[in-house]
Amino acid sequence: MKELGKRVLAGDVRAASRLIRNLEDQIADTYIAIQEIFKETGKSHVIGITGAPGAGKSTLTDELICAYRSQEKSVGVLAVDPTSPFTGGALLGDRIRMLRHAEDKGVFVRSLATRGAMGGISKAVGEGIHVMDVLGKDKIIVETVGVGQQEVEIINHAHTVIVVLVPGMGDEIQALKAGLMEIADIFVINKADRDGAGKLYKETMNMVQMSRDKYGIAKGWTTPVLLVESVLEPHKFAESVTKLRDKIDEHYQFLVDHDLISERMRRKTAAEISEALWGAILAPILEEVESSGEMQRMIDKSLLKEVDPYTLADEVAKRYLKERPTSSEA
Amino acid sequence: MENQIIRILLAKTGLDSHDKGVRLLARGLKDSGMEVIYTGLYRTLEEVAQTAIQEDVDIVGLSMHTGAHNQAFPRLRELLNSQNAGDILIIGGGAIPRDDQLELVEAGSAAAIFGPGTSTSTIVDWINKIMAARRK
Repeated sequence: MKELGKRVLAGDVRAASRLIRNLEDQIADTYIAIQEIFKETGKSHVIGITGAPGAGKSTLTDELICAYRSQEKSVGVLAVDPTSPFTGGALLGDRIRMLRHAEDKGVFVRSLATRGAMGGISKAVGEGIHVMDVLGKDKIIVETVGVGQQEVEIINHAHTVIVVLVPGMGDEIQALKAGLMEIADIFVINKADRDGAGKLYKETMNMVQMSRDKYGIAKGWTTPVLLVESVLEPHKFAESVTKLRDKIDEHYQFLVDHDLISERMRRKTAAEISEALWGAILAPILEEVESSGEMQRMIDKSLLKEVDPYTLADEVAKRYLKERPTSSEA
Repeated sequence: MENQIIRILLAKTGLDSHDKGVRLLARGLKDSGMEVIYTGLYRTLEEVAQTAIQEDVDIVGLSMHTGAHNQAFPRLRELLNSQNAGDILIIGGGAIPRDDQLELVEAGSAAAIFGPGTSTSTIVDWINKIMAARRK
């Protein structure tokens, strides 16, 4: 594993995609490779693109790659699609929109399946970003699965979050709701040639103006709302995406100028540590409880209404926590 | 903890738009618990090889109905081998005559070729068997 980390540091794409694979497969000892590369991470600008299924995230990502390549910036893409809750399989179809970059060595696209993770991304995204980062990508674009209102996990990973909206998804109440509508650093109204785009633009602008300075990390940044023309008019489309690119970079510069990058990095690091704690502490306990048959016995007891799940969990917790060395010993 | 999932790239190259079979297979493989990436139509072999490497797939499935299989399969094998990806398996499907199928497999250009009418379950079983053997 140490070797794999070294190969990634040397820029080996094969090793990089294998490392991401090992993270996805949760292969034991993969953390050793991460240890190897960890110190070199934290240089790239991470851009999150999120929005409803079919909003045009992949097509937008594709054009954004072009916009950055025209500036000779290297680009990494992590494109997430859903895993079937029934079979565990997945059809990873984002990449099909980005194949014109397949032979460009400055672009590395990796598709990821959610593998049961909630929140719109996969568990491997955090480390996947590290891998792309040490490969020296200037910009890393993370495209989430098609999300609803609640999947906002992307804010723990991206410096700049773009929420893609399309006309026809509901009235202005939708724009007032918590969750997805709160996390945007930039709003894109895609397919702006469609009926209702003007109305959606107005509603989103209203929402942005009302919520200015109320919450969010980047105080002082007014979330811009950009209209992106239909892909059926390639020139107009490319032009709007170039504007989007400039806005994204402006946002990053804003974070840098106002010393807000470190706050975002704290949030990302906190998420990573809790994820690692979860894996180090809870996962082994769960595994033991499952394999010893205790889980089945607890399910039976709970179904018969003998004991409620909270009491059962408390019993398990007490047993394991007792084995913990006290802080004075540690 | 470990949960190894088979990843497969399905590809169509050149001026060949017969993709009903490959789309059906994509669905079947997904339903068998694999992660499937489809290139879409009109790709080059270079693009296919590059995609296979970036996606770290176990297998590339190339579907061909143009008669170019005797050139395409050896070329794809060569492209993968030369990029340190000799371990990625290539399988084929489409309109490929029986004699050519045997020759391509014999020459090592493809690990297996499945002709028209092959059921999805035959392909799934073959993949599961070979991947289980590889992981031992």
